[in-house]
Amino acid sequence: MSPADTIATAILLPLVGAVFIALCGRWPNVRESVTLFTASALAIVVWSLTPLIMAGDRPELVVAQLFGGLSLAFKVEPLGMLFAALAATLWIVNSVYSIGYMRGNNEKNQTRFYVCFAIALSAALGVAFAGNLVTLFLSYEILTLSTFPLVAHKGDAATVRSARVYLGILLGTSIALFLPAIIWTYSVAGTLDFEPGGILSGKLAGPAVGLLLALYVFGIGKAAMMPVHRWLPAAMVAPTPVSALLHAVAVVKAGVFTLTKVIIYVFGVDFLFAEPSAEWLLYAAAFTIIAASVVALRQQNLKRMLAYSTIGQLSYVILAAAILTPLSEVGAAIHIVAHAFGKITLFFAAGAIYTASKKTELHQLRGIGARMPWTMAAFTIGALSMIGVPPTGGFVSKWFILAGAFQSDNYVAIFTIILSTVLNAAYFLPIIFMAWFSTEAPGGKAHGEAPWPAVLALCVTALATLAFFFFNQPVLELESQLVGRIK
Amino acid sequence: MSLVQQLPALQVAVPLLTAPLVILLRGPALAWAAASAASAMAFAIAIALTATVLSQGAISYDMGGWPAPYGITLNIDALSALVLLLVTGASAVTLLCGRASLGQAMDPGRQHLFFAAWLIVLAGLSGIAITGDAFNVFVFMEISSLATYVLIAAGSDRRALTATFKYLIMGTIGATFYLIGVGLVYMMTGTLNFADMEVRIADVTDHRPILVAAGFITVGLALKAAVFPLHIWLPGAYTYAPHMVTAFLAACSTKVAIYILLRFDFLVFQGNFDVHAVRFVTFLAPLALLGILVGSAVAMVQGHLKRLLAFSSVAQVGYILLGASFASAAGLTASIAHMFNHALAKGALFLAVAAIATRVAGLRLDDIAGIARRMPFTAAAMALAGASLVGIPGTAGFVSKWLLLQAAFEQGAFGIMSAVVVVASSLAAVYYVWRIVEAMYFGTPASGETATADSAVAEAPWPLLAGLWLVALSNIYFGLVPSLPITLSETAAIELLRNMP
Repeated sequence: MSPADTIATAILLPLVGAVFIALCGRWPNVRESVTLFTASALAIVVWSLTPLIMAGDRPELVVAQLFGGLSLAFKVEPLGMLFAALAATLWIVNSVYSIGYMRGNNEKNQTRFYVCFAIALSAALGVAFAGNLVTLFLSYEILTLSTFPLVAHKGDAATVRSARVYLGILLGTSIALFLPAIIWTYSVAGTLDFEPGGILSGKLAGPAVGLLLALYVFGIGKAAMMPVHRWLPAAMVAPTPVSALLHAVAVVKAGVFTLTKVIIYVFGVDFLFAEPSAEWLLYAAAFTIIAASVVALRQQNLKRMLAYSTIGQLSYVILAAAILTPLSEVGAAIHIVAHAFGKITLFFAAGAIYTASKKTELHQLRGIGARMPWTMAAFTIGALSMIGVPPTGGFVSKWFILAGAFQSDNYVAIFTIILSTVLNAAYFLPIIFMAWFSTEAPGGKAHGEAPWPAVLALCVTALATLAFFFFNQPVLELESQLVGRIK
Repeated sequence: MSLVQQLPALQVAVPLLTAPLVILLRGPALAWAAASAASAMAFAIAIALTATVLSQGAISYDMGGWPAPYGITLNIDALSALVLLLVTGASAVTLLCGRASLGQAMDPGRQHLFFAAWLIVLAGLSGIAITGDAFNVFVFMEISSLATYVLIAAGSDRRALTATFKYLIMGTIGATFYLIGVGLVYMMTGTLNFADMEVRIADVTDHRPILVAAGFITVGLALKAAVFPLHIWLPGAYTYAPHMVTAFLAACSTKVAIYILLRFDFLVFQGNFDVHAVRFVTFLAPLALLGILVGSAVAMVQGHLKRLLAFSSVAQVGYILLGASFASAAGLTASIAHMFNHALAKGALFLAVAAIATRVAGLRLDDIAGIARRMPFTAAAMALAGASLVGIPGTAGFVSKWLLLQAAFEQGAFGIMSAVVVVASSLAAVYYVWRIVEAMYFGTPASGETATADSAVAEAPWPLLAGLWLVALSNIYFGLVPSLPITLSETAAIELLRNMP
């Protein structure tokens, strides 16, 4: 198989899987086998591309010429490779978890759930591998539309209201800001291909750069920069596997990934660094980090708290990218991975708690560590990774972001990271303490762990969070290609 | 001469001559079959003509062998080919698949008359698109308009009659204005042939009558094209006409008027006429922008499905005009491509409405609540066409929106303002399309007697469903492979701009 075929296979495989999932809807065991098989095959296909990218190759696939010199094309580069590998691998774990969760909670319309999930994965890979902004935009919108039925899964009035916020913000920002930004870029640069070093350098100057950047930052609503973050807490009405894979990994990472890609390959790091009108991004990201942490501190619902934590962590990536030093760009890429492992673990744990005990609020978690030791152990690891305590993955990325900030004496970034670490500790540590050391409120229902597939999945991701602290060399090597060799 | 060379004449002659035949056939099934066959043949001819235009350039055909200044010439260039495709295609699809919907609307004893009128509309609209003679346009316009009034009045709701009356009055004023304008141009140039007019108007020294003519023609055609604020006939006519008629007319009738407007304003008045102080641009652009804003805003609050889509059409006419009013190659390309793409989206939406109406009594948003559970295929096609109307990437609507925004960015400050308006209107479209989708998928049918009646609701008849999906999928096809509409509209834009300074 040539690399171009591999790219095509990776995009099409989940779609073919979706068709078979739909056909096997009547036999749940067959249907879930199809999901697991598709996910595993996809991971193999995606991973088979990594040696090429490591070796410096950039395989391309042009599907069709559209109009006016635009094309539907894919091109794999280190950042996209990382995102694709992450999404594809976690899909396997998430599918195992989904089986436990969806059956454990007797959810309706499970076939539709798995079909939409597969389509969303295909769209996420489309975002990861997109070779130009048009292809990226197409995949981005398909990702929004295919995740919508997942968010609205329950179908009752409250869910539909939240789903409306979800679709309204994501679709609205992309049409109102992202699309004009792309067309503006096209009319200025004459191309929309992602090029190392950017395509706008020398073609745009002054405040226009800052304005265009703003259109991108707020148009890419999936990156959840304040004030376009409200869709993420709204999306928490979805079943937990959706929150876990899509709203901690695939969808939100598609947002920050797109933004990072725009900064590196459309603007160019050096170009933005020299342009004072782009500086606001750093402050906006810093504000989002702090504000989201403060809001998270005040949440009573576990999933909503995790959602605000995600908003803050996403802006870490944006902040890292906005520091605009080589080390921080690598830090941004690594944080995409590190946060993914940690946050998916936290969501898995939240879903496991709900499945086993129907508990959703923080104050109900007193003493739950005794009843669900595995789940809460994983939760603890995930929370430590959010704070950035070694030996977890979160420490590695924070290290690189801080190193990048020191490299350019960026005290705003340094201060933000320190303050945010304190705030993260302030809202995660009490939960961990409560879960392990408080005594359960009397009259609680006796329950044990969630169904085993769910527990298995969250243990795997928790281990991955730990492992990433020790084995991050391949990721570092891959991403250092983004900015040339770094020491 | 072989038959192939007579295709331009046959384009109009086939439906026109089949119309009386349909009356003689009487039986509703036979009449439908004959009308559908004629319509399908017209579509085939249009495809053949488009292929010829694409490969060999514009076609010119002298009626009865009389050469240009004396006889009537038929001209088919890229622009007319595109409009022809829309007119004949919309007619063929709606007729072939819409029999169930029509049968519901009127008693079988009168159906043959209805089909005859339909064919006359088809002949008239194709005639406008094909003829090279300004007076001939008026004749065809009257033919098609009179027959259109008949079609709209055939709606089962009594309010169809008042809607028709409104359309009749406004349509007649529009046609009269057009005729006055053509008369003035004829007075000054001594010709009715478009090509001749284009040349001779350069020699006219007294520009005042031409200016007056331009005013009359622009306003008259703007009435026919439902340009804001002359659109008030449109919502009623679209709402109360039989559903298949709405699908047919929404896809092509306003576009035919815009087609003639573009011909006159760009080829006859614009380039040769530098003292044309009230420029097309400064007059129509604000109307286009207002139409976009008002049409979208009103569509947002409509409770009736057809009325909602009708106001959306007012906004979409604004898009088409806005692109043209940039008077640039990019703008005209966007405008003409949007004629094509909007016809696909709106045609599919109104076909979906027709499909729903075969199974559900009312067409208010409350009436279609939860319809997706009973008519999943209809609802999915409706959602798909709605996505195209919004301009989701991968659909035809996205292509024209992209082109329009790109053209706007070339226009400086005015362009930025237009882009903002277009974007705002897209957001409005997200909102009103979303209301439809949400009602279909998440609405709960009203309890009580309607719920029991609804439980009998099944999927629409298969021919209707097939036609609906054909159009819905072509929204995707032309969203991913837009070369046909783009090539035609790019060529047309260059042709229209040949007299520009």
